[in-house]
Amino acid sequence: MEKPRIAIHKFTSCDGCQLAFLHLGEDLLDLAEKVDIVHFVEMGPINPLAKVDVAYIEGSISTPEEKERIQHIRTNSRYVITIGACATAGGIQALRNLGNTQEWMKAIYATPDTISTLNTSTAISDHIKVDFEIYGCPVNTQQILASLLSVLNKVNPTASKDKVCLECKRLGYTCVMVTKGEPCMGPVTHTGCGALCPSVGRACYACYGPAENTNTASFTQWLSSLGLSDAEIARRFLFIQNNAPAFKEAGLKLRTKKKP
Amino acid sequence: MKKNKHPIDTPVNMNVVARREESSDIFTLTLAFSDRPEFSYDFQPGQFNMLYLFGVGEVPISILEHGKNDTQYAHIIRRVGRVTQGLSLLKVGDCVGLRGPFGRGWPLEAAKGKDVLIVTGGLGCAPSVSIIHFILKHRADYGRLMILQGVKHSSDLIFKKQYAAWASCPNVQVALAADVSLPNWPGHTGLITELLDQVHLNTANTIVMMCGPGAMMRATAERLSTLKVPEEAIYLSLERNMECAMGHCGHCQFGGYFICKEGPVFNYLEVKALLTQKGF
Amino acid sequence: MPYFLAYEQINELLAALSALGYRCLGPQVREGAIIFDDLKDADQLPWGLRDAQKPGYYRLEKSEETEAFAWANGPQAIKPLLFKPKESLWRVQKNAEGKYLFQETLPEHQPIALIGARACDLAAMQVQDKTLLTGQYTDAHYAWHRQHLLIVAVNCSYSSQNCFCVSTQTGPKATSGYDLALTEIEDGFVVEIGSEKGEALIHALACESATKKALEKAALRTQHAANMQSKRMPKNNSRALRDILMNNLNHPRWEEVAERCLSCGNCTSVCPTCFCHHQTETPTAQNDGSVHAREWDSCFTQGHSYIHGQVIRDTTEKRYKQWLTHKLGTWWDQFDTSGCVGCGRCITWCPVGIDLTEEMAAISGESNEKK
Repeated sequence: MEKPRIAIHKFTSCDGCQLAFLHLGEDLLDLAEKVDIVHFVEMGPINPLAKVDVAYIEGSISTPEEKERIQHIRTNSRYVITIGACATAGGIQALRNLGNTQEWMKAIYATPDTISTLNTSTAISDHIKVDFEIYGCPVNTQQILASLLSVLNKVNPTASKDKVCLECKRLGYTCVMVTKGEPCMGPVTHTGCGALCPSVGRACYACYGPAENTNTASFTQWLSSLGLSDAEIARRFLFIQNNAPAFKEAGLKLRTKKKP
Repeated sequence: MKKNKHPIDTPVNMNVVARREESSDIFTLTLAFSDRPEFSYDFQPGQFNMLYLFGVGEVPISILEHGKNDTQYAHIIRRVGRVTQGLSLLKVGDCVGLRGPFGRGWPLEAAKGKDVLIVTGGLGCAPSVSIIHFILKHRADYGRLMILQGVKHSSDLIFKKQYAAWASCPNVQVALAADVSLPNWPGHTGLITELLDQVHLNTANTIVMMCGPGAMMRATAERLSTLKVPEEAIYLSLERNMECAMGHCGHCQFGGYFICKEGPVFNYLEVKALLTQKGF
Repeated sequence: MPYFLAYEQINELLAALSALGYRCLGPQVREGAIIFDDLKDADQLPWGLRDAQKPGYYRLEKSEETEAFAWANGPQAIKPLLFKPKESLWRVQKNAEGKYLFQETLPEHQPIALIGARACDLAAMQVQDKTLLTGQYTDAHYAWHRQHLLIVAVNCSYSSQNCFCVSTQTGPKATSGYDLALTEIEDGFVVEIGSEKGEALIHALACESATKKALEKAALRTQHAANMQSKRMPKNNSRALRDILMNNLNHPRWEEVAERCLSCGNCTSVCPTCFCHHQTETPTAQNDGSVHAREWDSCFTQGHSYIHGQVIRDTTEKRYKQWLTHKLGTWWDQFDTSGCVGCGRCITWCPVGIDLTEEMAAISGESNEKK
C-alpha cells in the first residue's frame, strides 16, 4: 500500500495547533512509518508546493500572500483539513474585522506602511473548499490522531457535533452554571476538549466555537437573568471564536441593542 | 449467561468471497465465515446484519440472499456514509466483522399462496430485492408477483437489466414510473401510485410489501385502500439510525417501536399514524 | 421486622460491607453538589446540609437539623454505576493476514455498595432493568454491574421544590429494589430489610429491633417529605399522557418550548431512566487494534437521528418532542411504564430551567401544582 502523503501548512496563527502533532510523541514515530509527512516546518521537512493526499491547514487568511498561497495548496491537495479556531473561523485576530484595521496599525506600529495585511482575518473555508474542519483553540492530539487514523483506514474523518455539556455529564463533572451561576458557554459550544474548564470548576469560554443547532437567543436571555450585562455577554460570544457565524451574530446583536 | 447461536453482542470475522458492481455507488459484497466455513445461520428476507469495518465502525445492511451456497451471505450496499465508503473499497479476500441477523423480516408465511405486490421508491432498495429473490426461488409457494418501482427522474433508475430479467420470469409483472422522464423511457411518466391502476390487483388475495420514502409509502397505502386492499395486507420496511441493533441504544425509535427489533418490517397499521409525521 | 441502626453504627456498617469485599460509595459534597464517592467514614456524609433546587438552580445550604440525609438528591445516583457513561464493549486486533480477532470486554471490578440511593433512583433502576435486562436481548455489561451492586437506600425526609415523586407514585419511601432501606430519625435510622444480603448484614451488626415510637417517627419523616412537594405531573404520570401527547403533536407549545430549549442534552444525561447511547470506535495509534465502546447519547443531538446524509430531527422542536413524547408517552408502549420517576433532575440541571411538568401541563391542560 502506498503511504498517504501529508502536508501541514501554517497561515496566520500562534503555531499551537501544529503542536498537537508533535505531542503525539512516540505515536508520531509509528505514524511516520505509515504516512509520508512531506511538509511540516515545525518538525523538519519543507516542501510547501508538494502534491499531497491530505493537507492540514493551521491559521487564518490575513495577508494578500496568504490569500494566494491557499489557492495553490488546494490545487495540490486531494483532501483539505483545517485545524483550530484561526483556520476554521478566523481566530482571535478576526476581532479586527469588527474594528478599523488601518487605524489600529497606525496606532501600534511605527512604520505601518511596511506591513502588508488585509483588513480582515477570515476562515480558510471563506477562500477554498474545505473537506473537514477540526475545531479548538488549540486542537488536541486525540482529534489529530483520530483524523490521521481515518485517513489510514481510507474513510473521511468524523467528529462528534455534540455540545460540551454532554461530555461534561459523561465525565461526571458538576454543572458550574446550575450550582454556582457561572456563565458557562458549554450549552452552545462544540465538544472535543473533554470539558477541560468545567473539570476544574471553571466556566467554559467557548474556545471550540459554536456547536450545531445553537440557541444563542435563549442562552443570552438566561445569562442576563444570572446578572450579566449585555456587554459582558457580548464579550463571551465575541472572543476566540468571534468570527464563527453563530457567535458573531449573537454578539453583534447585543452590541447594537438599544439601551432600554 | 446464555450464548446466542448467532453473533449478537460481538462480531465475528467474515471474508469477502465475491464482489459485484451494481451501479456507480451500489455494490454487492458476499461474505463467508472465515473460521468455520461450514457454519451457517438462518435469516429471513428483510432482516439485516451489522457489518463492521476495522477502525471505522458498524453499519446496518440488509441481507440480500445466500451466495453460491448456504454458508455465503450477499449484502447489497450503497456508498452513502463513512462505513459504506470504506466497505466500497474492499476486495475479495478482505475481512469485515458481522453481527446478526437482526430484526423482523417480510411476512413470508402470510404471503404464501397469495399474489405479492412489491412497491419500491428511491434507489437500490435492498430489502425489496431480498424478497423478490426469495419469491423467485420459491416460485410455487406464491401467486402472481408484481414489482412496481418509482424514481424521481428516469435517469435515476439502476438495475435496468435486473428489471428485465425479473419481467421474463413466469407470472411476474414489472412496471416502472418516473416523475420526470427522458425520451425513450419505457415506463410510466408520473407517480408510482398511478401504476397501481395498471396492475389489476386481486385485492382479496394480495399481500403488499413496500420500501422507500415515508411519503411515497403513505400515498401508496392510501391509494391501495381506495382500491379495497385491506390495510392489514400491507407491509413496509422502515429505516432509521441503528447502532446496537438490539433495541438498547435508542436511535431507531419510531414512536413506541424500536425499528431494529420490532421492525424493520412493519404492518402498515402499526406505523400508519407516524409515517408522515415530521421528526419521527 | 425493622431494626434500629444508631449513628455510631454507620462506620460498623461500612466496615461490614468492606469485609464482604464491597467498595462503599456514599453521598458527600463536591463542587457545590451532593455526589456519590468512596465513603470510608460517616464524617464524610453531608451532615446538616440540604439542597435548594429550582428550575436551572441547585445550591447547598445549612439546614436546621444536623442530619446526614436531610437532602433530596444530587445530579446522579445509580445510573452511572450500572449504565456507565462510557464503557468498552469489545476490542479487535488485526493480525498479519488482515483477519479481525474480536474479544468481548466484560467489566471487571470490585462489587459496589451504594449508600443513600433514593426511592426515585430505585424506581428508575427498575425502569432501566426493563430496557436492558428483559426482552429478546440482555445487555451483558449492565447485567454484570447490576449483579455486583448492593443498595442501601435512604427514604426521603425532605423534598426539593423540583421533586414530584408523590404524583408519579415512586416515592418518597422506597418500596422495592433495595437490600436495606434506612429512614433517618433522631440519633440514627430505622432499617428495613429488602434482601437476604441485607438481612445478613443487619444480623452481623447486632442491631436492635426498632421501637414502635421509632417506627412512628420514621413514618412521619417520609410523610413530611411528601407534604413538602409542591409540584406534580399532570394525570399523575399515568398512561393517559401517552394519548394526550400523541394526539397533540402539532400543539403550539412545542414551538414555544423550542425557543427556550438549548438542545444541549443535560436533561437526558441526568435523567435516571434515559438509556440512549452511541457507539464509538477508537483505533490504536499503530492502527493494529481498535476499541469499540459506547457512551451516553441524547435525543437532543444531531447524531441521534442522523441517517445517511439526513437528520430526521433537525430542529429543537422535533428533538424536544421526541424527548417528551417518549419519556411520558411511548415509553408505555415499549416498557409498560412511564419513563419518568419524578426526581426533578431534568428541571434542576436544565441550564435554562425548562420544567417538563409545566410543559405537560400546557399540553394536557391539567395543572402541575400539587395542593
